[in-house]
Amino acid sequence: MSANILKVENATMQFGGVVAVDNLNLEVNEGEIVALIGPNGAGKTTAFNMITGVYQPTNGAVWFQEKKIVENHPQGKMEKLYKGEHAGDYTHVLAPTPDHITKLGMARTFQNIRLWKSQSVFENVLIAMHCRTHTNFLAASLRLNRKEEQDQWERVAKLLDTVGLYDVKDELATSLPYGKQRRLEIARALATEPKLLLLDEPAAGMNPQETNELTAFIGRIRKDFGLTVFLIEHHMDLVMDISDRIYVLDFGKLIAQGTPEEIQNNKRVIDAYLGVAEDA
Amino acid sequence: MIQQKSKKGAVAALIACTALLAVIVLLENVSVFLPASSVPNLLKPTSQLFAVLKKGAVYSLAAVSMNLLNGFTGLFSLGQAGFMLLGAYTYAILSVPVADREAVYYLYGGSAVNFSFQDMFGSIFGTQGVGGAVSMGLGVVVAMILAGCVAAVFAYLIGLPVLRLKSDYLAIATLGFAEIIKAVFQWQALGPVTNGANMIKSFPTFSSFNITDASGTVILRLSTFFPFLVSMICIAMICLLINSTYGRAFKAIREDETAAEAMGINLAKHKMLSFCTSAFFAGVSGAMFAMFVTNAHAKVYTTTMTYEILLIVVIGGIGSISGSVMATFLYVACSEWWLRFLDSEVVLSNGMKLPFLRAGFRMVVFSVVIMIVVLFFRRGIMGDKELPDLFKKRIRKEGAK
Repeated sequence: MSANILKVENATMQFGGVVAVDNLNLEVNEGEIVALIGPNGAGKTTAFNMITGVYQPTNGAVWFQEKKIVENHPQGKMEKLYKGEHAGDYTHVLAPTPDHITKLGMARTFQNIRLWKSQSVFENVLIAMHCRTHTNFLAASLRLNRKEEQDQWERVAKLLDTVGLYDVKDELATSLPYGKQRRLEIARALATEPKLLLLDEPAAGMNPQETNELTAFIGRIRKDFGLTVFLIEHHMDLVMDISDRIYVLDFGKLIAQGTPEEIQNNKRVIDAYLGVAEDA
Repeated sequence: MIQQKSKKGAVAALIACTALLAVIVLLENVSVFLPASSVPNLLKPTSQLFAVLKKGAVYSLAAVSMNLLNGFTGLFSLGQAGFMLLGAYTYAILSVPVADREAVYYLYGGSAVNFSFQDMFGSIFGTQGVGGAVSMGLGVVVAMILAGCVAAVFAYLIGLPVLRLKSDYLAIATLGFAEIIKAVFQWQALGPVTNGANMIKSFPTFSSFNITDASGTVILRLSTFFPFLVSMICIAMICLLINSTYGRAFKAIREDETAAEAMGINLAKHKMLSFCTSAFFAGVSGAMFAMFVTNAHAKVYTTTMTYEILLIVVIGGIGSISGSVMATFLYVACSEWWLRFLDSEVVLSNGMKLPFLRAGFRMVVFSVVIMIVVLFFRRGIMGDKELPDLFKKRIRKEGAK
């Protein structure tokens, strides 16, 4: 079995008295596609935000490529309020900003599309490459980085070609149809050269045909870019189709984990989330 | 294969700028070359035209530097006058010739800073003739760069706490900073350095750049050329910055901070870069403003000045450099020249005074214009387009036909 690329360890996220994510433990191995599913408000996006540095977990740690990148323990007022487990297991505070985590090789997309609205498709991807530039501020302003810049432009063109957006590269990002905007968001995330791609409901608002295209697309980029994919999704066709393993969250707690078949037959998951088909 | 923007555009811009500078020099020197009787009033050195051009050059740099922050990075800062004040004082303090310091700082028995760049370069190149001109020019340029640097350093120190704030709160904090700086520079205890509430003067000004012969007659006027040259260089640098990878990151921050951060753009670092760069150029424009008004006086750099520049940025279009520049000249020409008549009383032949026309009415008209712009032309003259974009679109349309 290949080494795990992402490990979330006893992570709890508590907002005031509300425990949004309770003692979450999960692992994503290199090369896998892993899905995180669960009913609305189960804490899936909160879990993503903890991993990517948007939130700092109240307690627990996150490991990326065998290195601890996030760690926290309840402090201040939270010390009394804390309701979760494993209090006292963690003593350090490690809270990098999201950009730092992205630079380590973890890129994400958003549940509600967050493209840079007044920029073109091309620029959206080009800006995402900024975090990998080596030129300093002054040299870039004085155009001493022509070679690096040219190299970036060619890479953007190639990337857009791979994801099938090259013909619309000069359009405004927001003028694209919805499905293509989703695709652009993924392309933008790919431009940061990630090893792990986090997709937050990539198929939200898509029709069945678009969903099928997206399923094929995710499979393809995983192979082309050697990626590991961790995704949140509500479209069960897509999830069952491409996931190697699935984690199920309900009310902030992990209620099941396993292969798609195991999850489909898990009593607790069916009760909490999947439900029974009406014609069954 | 995809190519970066062609060099053609850059060459065209360079030619346009050179042509503009040449026109400025020609206009300015009509009065030198032609006999005094045949020079139209408009082109006499005392004409409003040149005052407007000089002030326009100074203000356009201030406006563009504010646009870099407000329009391109999306940080709503109102500290512009404060940074200009820092630049103006740094320039003035470092440029008053040592010989004149006694007279300027007479209330404090001379200056605590007994040094000026002009004298320093004077001891290398000489103080007379060509050597004197070179040492004056070099002294001015070095002092101006230092003026920008001092403003940038202050921006860094203020930015550490202030840049954590967003939108209105940032505006209030920077506004407060500008007021504090203004008060500090008028403080008596700092008198030996800042000359307290009095002005600092007798440093080289724009007219120092006029070339004179031995008898003191002007043989070549460069007093309008100089501010144009400096502003053009600075604005060109801002343009280059905005189109560089860092400039693109600034725009990403403006449009969606969360997405920018998730795509690996360090918000704190990039906001600070933008803030300091903007302050640097504001400092340079402050130094030029001091040269334009021939003195450095803290009480001039009021909040009103910041608002004036903000107004220019809004009229020109938030996020458009060429818009800012055009709006500057329009604004300065109106306020200093074209709308002056509104301030003077007009008595008709039958002894009746025209209503409304009296001192201060100009500002009333201005307020109305501002309200109209804000209500109906919210995107300003240019929106977020640049001048070359307009031509490009036309070419594309023609190509389509």
